[in-house]
Amino acid sequence: MSRPSGITRATLLKDLRLEWRSKDAINSMLFFSLLVVVVFSFSFDPVAEESRHIAGGLIWVAFLFAAVVALNQTWARELRNQVLDAYRVSPAPPNSLFLAKALGNFVFVTVLEALMTPLFIAFYRLRALGPAWQLLVVAVLGTWALVVNGTFFAAMSIRTRSREIMLPLLLFPISIPAILAMVQATTAILTGETGARFYIVLLGTYDLMFTTSCLLLFETVLNAE
Amino acid sequence: MRRAFPILGILTAILLSYALYQALVVAPTDAMQGEVYRIIYYHVPSAWTAMLMFFINFIASIQYLTRSDPKTDRIASVGAVVVGLVLFVIPFFVKLPEGMRASAVGTTGLLIVGIYFLIRKLFSPADTDVLALVSAEVGVVFCTIVLVTGPIWARPVWGIWWTWDTRLTSTLILWLIYVSYLMLRRFSSSGQTASLAAALAIFGALDMPLVYFSIWFFRTQHPQPVLGGGGQIDPRMLHVWLLNFFAFLCFAYLVSWSRYRLEKLQREVNEAHAFESLKDVPRSAR
Repeated sequence: MSRPSGITRATLLKDLRLEWRSKDAINSMLFFSLLVVVVFSFSFDPVAEESRHIAGGLIWVAFLFAAVVALNQTWARELRNQVLDAYRVSPAPPNSLFLAKALGNFVFVTVLEALMTPLFIAFYRLRALGPAWQLLVVAVLGTWALVVNGTFFAAMSIRTRSREIMLPLLLFPISIPAILAMVQATTAILTGETGARFYIVLLGTYDLMFTTSCLLLFETVLNAE
Repeated sequence: MRRAFPILGILTAILLSYALYQALVVAPTDAMQGEVYRIIYYHVPSAWTAMLMFFINFIASIQYLTRSDPKTDRIASVGAVVVGLVLFVIPFFVKLPEGMRASAVGTTGLLIVGIYFLIRKLFSPADTDVLALVSAEVGVVFCTIVLVTGPIWARPVWGIWWTWDTRLTSTLILWLIYVSYLMLRRFSSSGQTASLAAALAIFGALDMPLVYFSIWFFRTQHPQPVLGGGGQIDPRMLHVWLLNFFAFLCFAYLVSWSRYRLEKLQREVNEAHAFESLKDVPRSAR
């Protein structure tokens, strides 16, 4: 169990089991993104042909806000009973913990996306005019982009006074290139007017760059009490 | 040192007013835009100063994290030299995209190495955090000037206050990132705010190339940079421009210096308070 991968697996399974029993994060995320869909449907005509151009942005904004709900709970849960402090004094490598948390959030947000996407398609009458399989690539890369930095900045924001509000303030400015790439790629695939290749490559670069820097810098953030 | 500050202050005031006179009276009027173009004597030097400040913030943040351990310090120093050398050598082997001058890229490479080792020599590891804070604050001020003077110029020339083109959008995002950096420093309840802020600064700096390239996909409307960008400029305008840049740099240096001293004093006072309260506890307990 002392191998880094074993620690990652144990932490990940613990988080998944906790979530499976309480369903705190997934319920609030689902309800939140449902609200976003309904509220946005009043601000423009959801079934018009032009709405195809804004649907990509709408979907990702809903997922982004919903993801923040889950990300905020990630580390706050470990503050109770000083679990995080126990982890810090243990010889376990910090990056195993980080990877477990990031993977856990990735699973939560993916489940949310899988449940919400059919709803979006039904409500906004979406149909991809471009190659639809690319949507899957965009979803995986985009979700990882949100979640890896989100987990990192959530660990940072629990060290601040107004935790809940601090996470989006730190996460959104840094995530702008990723959000732009996700939205533009999704719109390009939905409308079929342009290719999404450039934005997919951009998302891949973003993921690679920030996964590396998260792993390099996480120890610093974990130890900053 | 103490006497140097007022002397430098007076010199900067004289320089700034001379640069203002040059910019408003001496510099020739632009053939296309008329008098309104004169705002570039403030807009562009402010932008350069802001970029320099954010760059210093990046280097200082890296050094704050790496210099605590001799091994990472060595890696970072080697990394800085490698990045500088690669930038210096690239123009000899690769054909640069249009609008980029080989000399500009080479000079940037040398500047990176120069600034890295200058900061490493002049500031102790603890002081690099003060430097990072000060450069971010002053950089945000100059970046705000850029974002305010830009629309003032754009309204008469382009007919619009704002457009979402590459340069404008990436400057705005740069500003957002550093404001969030300052907010983190402000709201942090951690005893190691400096490490958290340094990590965020590195993330922000790494983000900037991606921001630029992602927005570069939209067509750009901002005038191409005249210096190092292959454009033509009247030598008299260039003279006034560089004079203004120098005056702004002096001003930024002056403000940073005074803010740096203030922050150092503040930290000394805080330490003294903490020390006092440590000494007081046993006495009151007695």
